[in-house]
Amino acid sequence: MSETEALESMVGGEYKYGFTTDVEYEDFPKGINEDIIREISRRKDEPEWVLEFRLEAFEKWKQMEEPDWPNVEYEKPNFDEIQYYSSTKKKDGKKPESLDEVDDQILETYEKLGIPLEEQKQLQGVAVDAVFDSESIFTTFKEKLAEAGVIFCSISEAIQDHPELVKEYMGSVVPKGDNFYAALNSAVFSDGSFVYVPEDTVCPMDLSTYFRINNMQSGQFERTLIICEDNSHVSYLEGCTAPMYQENQLHAAVVELVALEDAEIKYSTIQNWYSGDEEGQGGIFNFVTKRGHCRGDNSKISWTQVETGSAITWKYPSVIMQGDGSIGEFFSVAVTNNRQQADTGTKMIHVGKDTKSTIISKGISAGESDNSYRGLVKISPRAENAQNYSVCDSMLIGQTCGAHTFPYIESANPTAKVEHEASTSRVGEDQIFYLQQRGMDEDDAISLIVNGFCKEVLQELPMEFAVEADKLLGIKLEGSVG
Amino acid sequence: MLEIKDLHVCVEEDGTEILKGVNLTINEGEVHAIMGPNGSGKSTLSKVVAGHEAYEVTQGDILFEGESILELEADERAHLGLFLAFQYPVEVPGVTNKNLLRQAYNTIAQEQGREELDPLQFEDYAKEKLDLIKMKPEFIERSVNAGFSGGEKKRNEIFQMAVLDPKISFLDETDSGLDIDALKTVANGINQIADDDNAVVMVTHYQRILDYITPDHVHVMIDGEIAKSGDKDLAIKLEEQGYDWLIEPATASVNGEQQ
Repeated sequence: MSETEALESMVGGEYKYGFTTDVEYEDFPKGINEDIIREISRRKDEPEWVLEFRLEAFEKWKQMEEPDWPNVEYEKPNFDEIQYYSSTKKKDGKKPESLDEVDDQILETYEKLGIPLEEQKQLQGVAVDAVFDSESIFTTFKEKLAEAGVIFCSISEAIQDHPELVKEYMGSVVPKGDNFYAALNSAVFSDGSFVYVPEDTVCPMDLSTYFRINNMQSGQFERTLIICEDNSHVSYLEGCTAPMYQENQLHAAVVELVALEDAEIKYSTIQNWYSGDEEGQGGIFNFVTKRGHCRGDNSKISWTQVETGSAITWKYPSVIMQGDGSIGEFFSVAVTNNRQQADTGTKMIHVGKDTKSTIISKGISAGESDNSYRGLVKISPRAENAQNYSVCDSMLIGQTCGAHTFPYIESANPTAKVEHEASTSRVGEDQIFYLQQRGMDEDDAISLIVNGFCKEVLQELPMEFAVEADKLLGIKLEGSVG
Repeated sequence: MLEIKDLHVCVEEDGTEILKGVNLTINEGEVHAIMGPNGSGKSTLSKVVAGHEAYEVTQGDILFEGESILELEADERAHLGLFLAFQYPVEVPGVTNKNLLRQAYNTIAQEQGREELDPLQFEDYAKEKLDLIKMKPEFIERSVNAGFSGGEKKRNEIFQMAVLDPKISFLDETDSGLDIDALKTVANGINQIADDDNAVVMVTHYQRILDYITPDHVHVMIDGEIAKSGDKDLAIKLEEQGYDWLIEPATASVNGEQQ
């Protein structure tokens, strides 16, 4: 299977990732308390400092309240009913060393998702870490990456094999008590990816993680940590899907990026979690904290996201530009349809001199959905000549959806230059009729209009992803004009 | 090629009847002009032929090459070779003229069993057509109508017509908003596209464009009906005398300024 075909099958058709894999899980009690956290840590055979990290986070979390400022409405999850750790039964109780030891059902699942893990079928040019519920199942191309000095493994493995790196960086960008869901994640985080790119290294291939939630009762609390040393470069992609269940499931992730001097991290997401049915039944609650820290001078962190799934999305990938001359970028397409609700945007925090940030946000709402952009641009007193340029465009399809923009600008330095542009447009019958008259059917017409609207963001995606993201948008909005 | 029979049409939303029994036959190789005062139903007629969903056909039929097209969607009619140059061309930001037209061209080619063009072949093909309306090659790289002047939008419609090479084209007030030089260019383009195998129907208020494109037939539409048909001399007479002599006293007041 070629890469393009694989990605095509990943996004093609209606929500076709809604299937369930029938695997046997280890017993794990529901609910959250100190014993549960100790048990997670014990099962993962973690060193004491990780357990302490978890317990401290749990103490903070208990003092915190679930935020209600986002422009979304949902029934708050019952935290005692969630299973915080979900691990499939292993042949000998250990993480598989080779693919032969991975459960066939799980291999089949990834094959169906278009991410084959077997060596002869692997996607070329992309290393994949496959995360199934709470565990990383397998990571491809590890050896090849190791030759270049790049570490790409699950965070659990990194804790075992590279504790000094994890200890230094984990929680350094998103502190364990940062916010309600970040604190929860810090207490119960399961798996996720770890990337370390040494000095003067361009990572030889794109890295990607494919997240799959399968277990109906469990939440997914993954944690990703990417560190780019001086003058190094990495491009990382993540994809996400989940089965269709009547119940909502919680996904509360933390992603931390650290870029040192002259380093560059490009982080792309195609989020296609199950978004619930037309009546708003089921779907994933996607409450995620993603933050990048441009720690070194002239470093650069770029977030590109195409958000199409989830019942509720609550997500603000941010960049703290501490190093002088560092750059933060945020390119986002957020699509909501049916009863989906999204409150998403970014925070650009300018600390260093001559820092520059760009925000391009494209929100598309259809059906009865609500789509909000929320963004903060903050210029600290010593951020001389900081510059920000923001564009927030909203597109409405139909009469029953909503689009909202909440831009916040705080500037404490008079030399800063902040520009903000916003627009709202509606896909009109006239536009569709025009394109139909030129021979396109209604769905192709909408696809073309939406694609044009999102162009500046889609062109930031790695090529194959861009083509597929384009298709995904089309599928997502099929039949949305009555 | 196209036969409109006793066509009655109303606005779907409120039931207002706009076309009240239009009869019109258009053959290969012909150029027709439909004239008439504001609100007489000229624009509606071209939109209905193109398949606009805001209108409902309550009586009569539209036959294309002998087959009724009433049940066909707008895109299916386009696949048959029916083209409408819009009075108010729509902007599609972020989509280049080239992308839109290549997708349109290939969709139609596929439906008609003709060969599709790859991006490079298409570019060459499209650039040839640009000469017809005297536009520079950059024109096809611009977003469809976004930020175009009124004249550029009208030229773009004729450019699209040239690229898609339809069997029958309705040009809805393509001449309005054009200065005299642009009008000549556009008319010249249309003359080059029109041949023995296709047909052109110009919907216009003014005789002006007919100085450059000679119609075989001129029709006057009054209050949803073709009140009179003739040759180019009819257009000249209209220019001199206006429409009043064609309007019966009883309907004149109703017709005033409906738009």
